[in-house]
Amino acid sequence: MSVGDTSTMTATATEQPVQSSGAPAAGSVARLDSNIEMLRFATAGSVDDGKSTLVGRLLHDSKSVLTDTLEAVQRASRDRGSDGVELALLTDGLRAEREQGITIDVAYRYFTTSRRKFVLADTPGHVQYTRNMVTGASTAELVVILVDARKGVVEQTRRHLAVAALLGVRHLVLAVNKMDLVGFDESVFTAIAADFATAADALKVDGQVVIPVSAQLGDNVVEPSTSMPWYSGPTLLDHLETVPVGYDAWLQPARLPVQYVIRSAEYRGYAGQLASGVIERGDVVVVMPAGLTSTIVGIDTFEGEVERAHAPQSVTVRLADEIDVGRGDLIVHPRQEPPVVREFDATLCQLSDRTLRAGDRVLVKHTTRVVKAVVASVNHRLDIETLAHEPADSLGLNEIGGVTLKIAAPLAVDDYTSDRLTGSFLVIDDHDGQTLAAGLVGDPIRGATVSGGGAT
Amino acid sequence: MTAATGGYAETLPAPGELGPALHLPHLEVLESEGIHIMREVAAEFERPVLLFSGGKDSVVMLHLARKAFWPAPVPFPLMHVDTGHNFPEVMAYRDDVVERFGLRLLVASVQDYIDDGRLRERADGTRNPLQTVPLLDAIVDNKFDAVFGGGRRDEEKARAKERIFSLRDEFGQWDPRRQRPELWNLYNGRHKPGEHVRVFPLSNWTELDVWQYIERERIELPAIYLSHERDVFRRGGMWLTAGDWGGPKEGESIERKVVRYRTVGDMSCTGAVESIASDIAEVIAEIAISTITERGATRADDKLSEAAMEDRKREGYF
Repeated sequence: MSVGDTSTMTATATEQPVQSSGAPAAGSVARLDSNIEMLRFATAGSVDDGKSTLVGRLLHDSKSVLTDTLEAVQRASRDRGSDGVELALLTDGLRAEREQGITIDVAYRYFTTSRRKFVLADTPGHVQYTRNMVTGASTAELVVILVDARKGVVEQTRRHLAVAALLGVRHLVLAVNKMDLVGFDESVFTAIAADFATAADALKVDGQVVIPVSAQLGDNVVEPSTSMPWYSGPTLLDHLETVPVGYDAWLQPARLPVQYVIRSAEYRGYAGQLASGVIERGDVVVVMPAGLTSTIVGIDTFEGEVERAHAPQSVTVRLADEIDVGRGDLIVHPRQEPPVVREFDATLCQLSDRTLRAGDRVLVKHTTRVVKAVVASVNHRLDIETLAHEPADSLGLNEIGGVTLKIAAPLAVDDYTSDRLTGSFLVIDDHDGQTLAAGLVGDPIRGATVSGGGAT
Repeated sequence: MTAATGGYAETLPAPGELGPALHLPHLEVLESEGIHIMREVAAEFERPVLLFSGGKDSVVMLHLARKAFWPAPVPFPLMHVDTGHNFPEVMAYRDDVVERFGLRLLVASVQDYIDDGRLRERADGTRNPLQTVPLLDAIVDNKFDAVFGGGRRDEEKARAKERIFSLRDEFGQWDPRRQRPELWNLYNGRHKPGEHVRVFPLSNWTELDVWQYIERERIELPAIYLSHERDVFRRGGMWLTAGDWGGPKEGESIERKVVRYRTVGDMSCTGAVESIASDIAEVIAEIAISTITERGATRADDKLSEAAMEDRKREGYF
């Protein structure tokens, strides 16, 4: 890999990419703020896009790497015969990965700036990318997709984009990396940004930002680039610190899956974590799937009673009536009930090497309820590049497709596009307990909605 | 192109319109997640147990457990794997907490194993690695099927890839290549007879989060976490407590230092850091500007090799 002539002015940075910057005094006072927001995000990129380097750069430049970690990485870099520090080593966790120079599994990273706490799901880009990216994106509010500026938007980029759209990730960032290797050329960047916008628009993804970066040199990761004066947008970290987060869940209809019934001599409370929405004392509620109505007479926490609670708080509610409520039930508001189904269409991402076929008997874990299910039919396989539905009668590892599931007991489900937590489920092997597939109710990409058909 | 917020339906209130009360600070998000995990385990497993050493992470776990099931008592026992070289202050704290909150405590004793020959003292006197056998035996003997541990993913690189529900085979072993994918907030705890699941409710917490939470919740800790005077000696780049467990040896000299501990474990391999932080707020200030990770500063056994933790985890360590 050669550094182009145009980048000689920053070449010194390559020779000494990393300094042990000592105490991260700047910002340390602000880090004491215990009242900051949290952003969960994921990264995705093809092999050699420099993702590990980008993540390493983000951690390093945001002063999230501590001295002894950095020393270990410096030692390891020397052992491998490289000059300076390989930032990618900051994130390669397992011995097999270091030996083979690949990333095996989703790794979680944590860093905090004065504005936010970040939880990063770092997903590898090679063979098992779908399985890993689906996992990482399932909890992410934002996904950073990397491309190599020399290659632009490639097949893999479209796959990453489609998976992010499928999983309902609201904010997408395209990081056009290795800008130093294309001479920091604006026209290269503009062409890639246009390609990306076309692909993202086709998936109806709203929040898109495209940022030209050099992970190797640090341009526009944390520090603004001096080599790309034509770019006036935010650096990657600026964007991560300011993108609106966490506002969705409580704007949706209230959904409280009952996890556990807390009983003592004179107490009976239904404990759960609000998947979405807001509940208040005095609210009339319906307990699904039975459809029984009652009133919330108290919302209890360890600190005492509260007037209201909102997602994602864990609470315990007391109801006015002695009705039969247990684990697996869903507490909602009247006129906002989800459909109750015995059979429904869903999109599955196959996570296991076991192929799924019509007739397979499985378990479905949906919120806090586990029910027996049978795959009534495999309806199609999604071509993740063209988004076309191909005929299929099975789903293999890393494939995404539509199925119809018949379930042994009624379930109250939402369409995935309207509620990420009450619209998602796991498909589990009843015999060995493996997680076979990630399930999304409905067809999130095409927007078909779950019907109440087959309701009891 | 900007960071669009246009995805919200027109009829919904704009962010902020419902007031600042709906902005959930990161500590509350982490707390809610931890409580959710504990309730899932209590509901789906027959015999959970919570590993409790008196260390700050286990103390925070216990706090979450008390919150999760309140006003009912914590529906599972605690277990301490006692190396026999624990700080007396921590033992006193442990017993006090058990008494005060009406908890059940089981102790698996490394000393018993050494006394009857089932384990041999290591040449370096370090007992942390010896905890694995008594831990696994206690899990089997008590038929525990879920074991809460205070591990955090920010502690160490091998932990960064561990799941919140981490399946272990009959030998307690962790196979990083056969982990179950974990999506949304859905945990798959199914296991065969003889297998168990290690559960890490603090997976997404950092050391700073733990300390900030302790401050926010006014959680009491063993006194050795705060600055105090102590007789220590230098070994392997760390300040170790002088005592019967095996130090100082010849050539090592005792000094009186003002120190505190960032982790509590076996006295033989848990080092003190020089510190004048005498309350939690001062500890937090110190951590926020610290440049050494918690394990690097205080755990001799992790320094042995870069893959040390990965190897011990495969063998069934916490």
